[in-house]
Amino acid sequence: MHVVSSEYSRRDALRLAGFASLAVIVAAGRADATPDEVASAIAKLYGEKKFGSGKIKLDVPEIAENGLVVPINVEVESPMTDADYVKAVHVFAEGNPLPNVVSYKFTPACGKAFAATRMRLAQTQDIICIAEMSNGSLYMTKSQVKVTIGGCGG
Amino acid sequence: MESMISRRDFLQATAAASAIVAASGLGPLGRVAAQQKLTQADILKFDPLGTVTLLHVTDIHAQLVPLYFREPSINLGVGDVKAQPPHLTDQAFRSYYRIANGSADAHALTADDFTSLARTYGRMGGLDRVATLVAAVRAERGADKVLLLDGGDTWQGSWSALQTKGQDMVDVMSALKTDAMTAHWEFTLGAERVKEIADKAPFAFLAQNVRDSEWQEPVFEARKMFERGGAKIAVIGQALPRTAVANPRWMFPKWEFGIREDEMQKQVDQSRAEGADVVVLLSHNGFDVDRKLATRVKGIDVILTSHTHDALPELVKVGNTVLAASGSHGKFVSRLDLAVKDKRVTDIRFKLMPVFSDAIAPDPAMKALVEKIRAPYAAELATVIGRTDSLLFRRGNFNGTFDDLICDAMLTQRDAEISLSPGFRWGGTLLPGDAITWEAITNATAMTYPACYRQQMTGEQLKLILEDVADNIFHPDPYFQGGGDMVRVGGMGYAIDVSKPAGDRISNLTHLKTGQPIDAKKSYVVAGWASINEGTQGPPIWDVLRSHVSAQKTIQLKENAAVRVSGT
Repeated sequence: MHVVSSEYSRRDALRLAGFASLAVIVAAGRADATPDEVASAIAKLYGEKKFGSGKIKLDVPEIAENGLVVPINVEVESPMTDADYVKAVHVFAEGNPLPNVVSYKFTPACGKAFAATRMRLAQTQDIICIAEMSNGSLYMTKSQVKVTIGGCGG
Repeated sequence: MESMISRRDFLQATAAASAIVAASGLGPLGRVAAQQKLTQADILKFDPLGTVTLLHVTDIHAQLVPLYFREPSINLGVGDVKAQPPHLTDQAFRSYYRIANGSADAHALTADDFTSLARTYGRMGGLDRVATLVAAVRAERGADKVLLLDGGDTWQGSWSALQTKGQDMVDVMSALKTDAMTAHWEFTLGAERVKEIADKAPFAFLAQNVRDSEWQEPVFEARKMFERGGAKIAVIGQALPRTAVANPRWMFPKWEFGIREDEMQKQVDQSRAEGADVVVLLSHNGFDVDRKLATRVKGIDVILTSHTHDALPELVKVGNTVLAASGSHGKFVSRLDLAVKDKRVTDIRFKLMPVFSDAIAPDPAMKALVEKIRAPYAAELATVIGRTDSLLFRRGNFNGTFDDLICDAMLTQRDAEISLSPGFRWGGTLLPGDAITWEAITNATAMTYPACYRQQMTGEQLKLILEDVADNIFHPDPYFQGGGDMVRVGGMGYAIDVSKPAGDRISNLTHLKTGQPIDAKKSYVVAGWASINEGTQGPPIWDVLRSHVSAQKTIQLKENAAVRVSGT
């Protein structure tokens, strides 16, 4: 399994007192990707190919407890035989400067197409997951992860 | 300046729009005419059912002695739960539950005539009164049929709980023979202290959704099987899923939370496999999260809800699951009798027992224990700092007069232009004419990260904060909500459309002192408290509040007209 991880580092915003953390993110004025840019990047990779739904189980928290290390678990339904297996899984974070967060490549020898990692998210955004199957078919799913300044609960 | 409609105008508009029918029916306590006080026997009256009784208390917030606690007059639901229980208040609540105006139930459950009804019906709660009710139910049913469950937010909210690091409440809940609890504010005592108590306590500390961040191992027992009345009852604990977001994560840096639906389903399935006749979820999810969870996790018979402090006189049914909401601050004890046959629950009978402190004789042993626990602090707690001419309360989605007072204190004592006070739902209510004692001040402020910071924020930053907090309350999917009420603001007004998506709800920010719009680029001096960030500098909020009350002597608050609400 080959892992390509982006090197994006979130601004060290959480150091400031109180509600100041979000403020710093805004002031820093990053060049984040936009959902449209990510959509066009995906279109560039796959052209006019259609994405199926189902098969991918993308497990991300609804609300990130720590935007620096958001857990992500992906599992793709597949027999993982030589005739029918998952070739690759790509994870995109729509609001990150380098949106292709991670790509996993699988072989039938992997036994199952499962991967877990942690990623950095600076703001609320959709996580998109694409699975490439050995027969050339594609599947896509997405989930929102909310990144909040927190506090005030109770 | 944009004219700001007051909360009162908003309420009148809402009431007019919904064409409410005047309530004339009798409340669920039944047969008790308005203005007639209840007796202990009325409160305990219950037609027993089956062989199992669940008793539920929750969100006591360390209130050992009776107090006034005013329920919210604004508690908006969004999306599918708009105007559904528990998002009903005042007349709409009384109409829905057929509660007579002016009745004991009206006092316990609604807010609009609070001061006069409080003078009629007196304080509620007190652990010695709770102990009387619990003992009476155990005596009636037989202790071997009764399970006492605590939904958490028990060890925080008073000066004595803060000074003893929760030990006062642990001692009281142990003496009450609590069978199990789950948690939220407990975690703000820090990981080490929580573990220390959980490992030693005579009750089970249950939380299926807390994991060690390194190995993803469970930190606490997820569930416990009890045998009562010949039935096996699995109790699964669920701590507040948003604890690490809502409270300082640095206090428990190696723990992760979350809803963990899949694992919850496994807990239910394993419980059934082990022979459970009844599956109970002792939850600190909050009502709307539990209502959604009940549609997705199969096989739970009863969810005992908490966190959102809702008190509902009837169960809410979702599929084959019932949800109970038992209020807060010791105001209520819920009783559920369950009939169990052929490994399933066949019938449930419910009563939300109001703890009217004047009607219930204190349990002598618990009264003595509470007095002993409070003795070291009694003189300090009774110290009178000032008086209030205004009703001081906490609850409401946008304002509470106690928070108006705290915001005023920060503006004056910290020389700030704008102040922010978190939307906490805990803390007692003071009636006009009441003394503001050290106990009253600390009941509204006692917690482990009290520093009152002072710093510059731009208008843009202030708007972002309001938007972020608003999304934690008004996101249409409860799984994306963070809990709490809207952050309270001093010195600044704003308009909010709760029906809009994230980022578009807040507008018309106004600097109240000048009447000028808040400038996105300009910096303002902002004071606030309860920052979740480590190392926050500033005096504890209770000292700020004490200085302000002491200087003012008598508190007279003007109607807060600074928040304009729409989209309801």
